[in-house]
Amino acid sequence: MHFFLQEVLNGLVLGSIYALVALGLALVYGTMGIPNFAHGHLYMLGAYAAFAAITALHAPYWPAMLLAILALAALGALVERVVFRPLRNAPEVNTIMAAIGLLFFLEAVARAIWGSDFRVLPTPYDSVVSIFGLTATQQQLIVIVAAAVLMAALFWFLKKTLVGSTIEAVAQSRAGASLVGIDPDRVATLVFAISAGLAAAAATLIASINLIFPEMGFVVLLKAFAVIVLGGMGSIPGAIVGAFVLAFAESFSAAYISTSYQDVVAFGLLVLILTFRPTGLFTSNA
Amino acid sequence: MTQGISLRYATIAAIVFGFVLPFAIPNPYYQQVIVDGYITAIAVYGLNIILGFAGQLSLGHAAFFGVGAYAVALLTTRANLPFWPALLIGCVLTGIGGYLVGAVSLRTRGHYFAIFTAAIGVMVTIVLTNWQWLTNGNIGIVGIPSPPPIGPISFDSPIPRYELVYVFLLVAIGVCAAIRYSLFGRTLLALAGNEDLARAVGVDVTRAKRLAFLVATVLAGLAGGLYAMYVGFLGPETTQTDVSFNMLLYAIVGGLGTISGPIVGTLLLATLAQSLQAFEKYRMLVFGPLLILLVVYLPGGITSAVDRLRAKTRRALPARSVSAATSPLDVRPLPVESEVS
Repeated sequence: MHFFLQEVLNGLVLGSIYALVALGLALVYGTMGIPNFAHGHLYMLGAYAAFAAITALHAPYWPAMLLAILALAALGALVERVVFRPLRNAPEVNTIMAAIGLLFFLEAVARAIWGSDFRVLPTPYDSVVSIFGLTATQQQLIVIVAAAVLMAALFWFLKKTLVGSTIEAVAQSRAGASLVGIDPDRVATLVFAISAGLAAAAATLIASINLIFPEMGFVVLLKAFAVIVLGGMGSIPGAIVGAFVLAFAESFSAAYISTSYQDVVAFGLLVLILTFRPTGLFTSNA
Repeated sequence: MTQGISLRYATIAAIVFGFVLPFAIPNPYYQQVIVDGYITAIAVYGLNIILGFAGQLSLGHAAFFGVGAYAVALLTTRANLPFWPALLIGCVLTGIGGYLVGAVSLRTRGHYFAIFTAAIGVMVTIVLTNWQWLTNGNIGIVGIPSPPPIGPISFDSPIPRYELVYVFLLVAIGVCAAIRYSLFGRTLLALAGNEDLARAVGVDVTRAKRLAFLVATVLAGLAGGLYAMYVGFLGPETTQTDVSFNMLLYAIVGGLGTISGPIVGTLLLATLAQSLQAFEKYRMLVFGPLLILLVVYLPGGITSAVDRLRAKTRRALPARSVSAATSPLDVRPLPVESEVS
């Protein structure tokens, strides 16, 4: 039982990270219809941005995270403007290929600046605490709480603010949003900025527990795709539910089956769903 | 008409040039770089069929390269089979894998297909890395033997090995060209242009896509088998997503949906990468933005740019620009009508 609860805790930590990464991917897909294949690499750069803020600028942990979020939000906006906007009317395959060019570039940038070595983000919260007989690091609890706060903030922003509702308006109908005076280009930039910012937050939170390296992006991307295919492409609540389903499936299979094949769970799930539901779960058959 | 004849002579000249090339470049290192390029190009021709003709973006191409490579490596080192039957079995196994994966993955479209094949690719790498007793994990397989001699030709020296790979490259180009100018090829181009329309006019879209994927994966498997033989050792990193992405880069730079694109793109970028080996780590700083620029501004790649230039100077319509224009990369309307009249 104790072992079981420990795995539940691991699942919660992992699920929080998956949720933040997948939310960004779902937000961009839901609003713009763009499957951003470079999203995982924005996540990777987010981890490095926080790493640089802490090691080079000697920033404390939370300001470093804020810096990383702001830096990646700016990069996300830039990427939308330079790479994805010129391809708005191009075939979807072209958008994916341009995103692959972008992820090549981002990975090379990370390698040029930080090298190929594995890095760990220093954290002041590495002491172990014990709750209800379970052991957890402070950092693990921070991941869960911070992710919950960020998700709540995102919901509040999308549902309760005027700017947030312009995003929803564009998601529902681009032409309709234009008609009532919303600039879809500005919304696109905003959505990419939020998406990359969330990825940076997720990366900063987990980088003290996992390692940072230039190639870390693509596996995270595929897992985020698994999450949003599971939760319904573009659905925000679906992304959160999908993230925790995947995370629990992974942490339990790692605990009870084998750690070397842990990643196969996500991709096997992805392949299974797409085999039986070629347009993903929870999507109306189009 | 005269242009058709001159094109035929140019093709024959290019083929002969390829055969005599290793005699002009005796340096074995350069020969090796070129042969590596040829092997990759064979796989890129496969990608050209499924992506350039049929418009389906497969991101797991290296996985099928890996299946062919591991089949040849294991059959020659563990089962002590000679290279030739091993290569044949490798191609058949890759074809079976390609057919099965295609049967399920091609039910999906667009980014779902890209995600599906990427997931297959990553899983193949994970399995090859962790299936210790079969694949030796990260250590890989060493001591893959040369092919047994055919008559007086022994494959222990560089030039016969070059010619061997070169013949298979010609086969791959031939397959690609034969498909392009067949009814099957036109079917693929039609479904790449508008799948629903193709289906509506009675094209068996599912069957055409499966067959294209099957041919594409067999070419990848063939390239993998040749790679295992030529390099002599093999590890799971040959199947990584990066390898698939590189093949995609070569195909796009050369020109998707064209006959000469894959070999042009692969040789150009592979030799460039080799000559700038000090910059190996940073080459994507240049190639990444190059890929984006090509997709945005020159979706037909180098060969289409050359064709367009030729069309401008000759005021004639080269046959190949049609294929480039109907590739999924090109969003411009076909220039055929206006230029013919």
